[in-house]
Amino acid sequence: MAETWRRWRGTQELRLMTVLLAIGAVLWVATPGFASAQNLMDMLTSSAFTAILAIGLLVVLVAGGVDISFAATASITQYVALSLANQGHLGWMGLLLVAVVLGALLGLVNALLVTTLGLSSIIVTIATQSLYYGLLMAATNGQDIFALPAWFNDGLHWVFHVDAHGGEQALNLQIVVLALICGFTGWLLTRTSIGRQIFAMGGNPEAARRVGFPVFRLNLLVYGFMGAVAGLASLVHAQLVQSVSPSALVGRELDVLAAVVLGGASLNGGVGSVAGTLLGVALLAVLQNGLTLLGVSSYWSQLCTGGVILAAIVMMAHQGRRPMVRSEAAAV
Amino acid sequence: MSAAPERLLTGLKRGLGPVNLRLLSLLLALSVLFAGIAGPQMFSAASLRSMAFQLPELGLLSLAMMVPLLSGGLDLSIIATANLSSLTMAWVLTHGLPAEPGLMWALWQLGAVLAGILVAACVGLLNGYLIAHLRVSPILATLGTMTLVKGITVGLTHGGVLSGFPAPVLFLGHGTVAGVPVALLLFAIVAIPVGVVLSRSPFGLTVAMVGSNEVATRYSGIDTPWVLMRVYVLSACLAAIAGLVMMARFDSANAAYGESYLLVTILAAVLGGVNPTGGFGRVSGLVIALVILQLISTAASMLDLSQFLTLSIWGATLIGVAGTTALRAWWIRRRLMSPSTLAADGLKTAGVAVAPAATNDQGG
Repeated sequence: MAETWRRWRGTQELRLMTVLLAIGAVLWVATPGFASAQNLMDMLTSSAFTAILAIGLLVVLVAGGVDISFAATASITQYVALSLANQGHLGWMGLLLVAVVLGALLGLVNALLVTTLGLSSIIVTIATQSLYYGLLMAATNGQDIFALPAWFNDGLHWVFHVDAHGGEQALNLQIVVLALICGFTGWLLTRTSIGRQIFAMGGNPEAARRVGFPVFRLNLLVYGFMGAVAGLASLVHAQLVQSVSPSALVGRELDVLAAVVLGGASLNGGVGSVAGTLLGVALLAVLQNGLTLLGVSSYWSQLCTGGVILAAIVMMAHQGRRPMVRSEAAAV
Repeated sequence: MSAAPERLLTGLKRGLGPVNLRLLSLLLALSVLFAGIAGPQMFSAASLRSMAFQLPELGLLSLAMMVPLLSGGLDLSIIATANLSSLTMAWVLTHGLPAEPGLMWALWQLGAVLAGILVAACVGLLNGYLIAHLRVSPILATLGTMTLVKGITVGLTHGGVLSGFPAPVLFLGHGTVAGVPVALLLFAIVAIPVGVVLSRSPFGLTVAMVGSNEVATRYSGIDTPWVLMRVYVLSACLAAIAGLVMMARFDSANAAYGESYLLVTILAAVLGGVNPTGGFGRVSGLVIALVILQLISTAASMLDLSQFLTLSIWGATLIGVAGTTALRAWWIRRRLMSPSTLAADGLKTAGVAVAPAATNDQGG
């Protein structure tokens, strides 16, 4: 117990947890609907897309890079996979396979360019974002797909609880995918040798290379993983909104980035955790949900989000005041 | 004997710098290519004028992005700031502007513009404070202010539009002087001093020094936080002028105009030879890059291609230019260095490919 406390004391995760619990307690008292099982499940389902992308981006940040192109990647995988499904070629497995493989391929292109062009990853992925998104929009004329296969629209349900009124609480595709991604990424980053190598590369790429870590292959893995995760997330999103729109996802990448950084991941690489990232996403999601329940006009919700991000930044800056040398390598 | 023309050529080369020379050759090649594909109407007076009308918006925003990039930072809040200040200007212009043209009428409009710039400068101060004094990474700090500022504008306007401006503002967006769009003149009036300040003044030099090595700059006795504060205030003020141009061109102000430009401005600046890790870059390079991007966009619309394909080609152009630079650096290194471990070492280090080119550029 004391051991656990010592490890968690003063971490970003603990601070986030405290803030989250405080906001949750206020909302629990102030609004009758907040703490209901239904609301919590709905919140989890609707923020699963952001959370899955955030977990993928976490791995890239830990490795010392940034990816801006994942929303464009997700738009492409969503469109291609569901177009194929609409023609009756694919079942669930095929659909997932197409999305993951296509996403991973687009991620590998990023990795290749990042390692060979000698430009920072943010610039490279801004370029590939323009490239991917432009090609998709040009190829599809920006047309939405509203008619999706019935089996896809029905989704997947695993009922685990039926309450007194016959209302069912079920695990759905969104929650299951999120749980699997979290479990896998947590295992990858903290329990495997590859995870340690990713942390080492993010902390000091030159040192990692000299120690003999395969930096190029690690980059392929990291950006490929981000792409594959974006592919999965895109299906999760399409299943939730029951349609595919090529322009719906692009523009959200900076929101996801904000959530990950709020969760304690460093833009300088080498720092970050799955728990922190989830808390970062949860904080923003609970805030949005709470404002809606409190009847605050949705026009003001972005201001609150911005305020929370800035407050967190200022808090983090005061907590982690270090000599200026640390910020010398500030990521661009 | 033939020394004079040769000297002229080398002089020109050194004056332009290798980055601008490469960009100019790319521009020339693209012009020839597009003239071949789209025919002579590509460079007709009408098409040149439409290019000149479109360029200033992205140009001013890219300029606003370039200044923090030079200091080794980034400003993601420029679009939100531009919209905040254009909304401020629009509000002042639509509330209490004297109906009759006169001195008060002119002063009121001047006041509106100043109010917009002042509001933007406040955002710049906030960015500067977060980055220079709280040591927050620029991408994170400006991401926060971007969300906050957009939240303010969306909250106040409910996503609506402010419009109904007096003649001078409309003239700024649609008028021409001797055939040249006023907005382009404004861009020139802003870009030339900014270019001179960045490359010739003590302030410009310290910005580049902070971008190359902030710690060393601080140890050499320069007040780096103060430099960074000024960088972000300048960036925000440039964004405010971009907001004015956008407002004049669209005849309205809104919280969400120009959002797709945000990442394109970074793309334009890097294409123009600005080193994204800071320290190197010239306004002239940025301007050539902007002309290249505008040329591609105009050619695409003449060939009836989707505007999104333009975006795609823009991205590919940056990758292509960076790719050829990296390839060239790799080839030169291979030729110059014996295949020792040292050479292999240097090659794999990220950033090496860009740095030599940028360093040479500064010599010009």
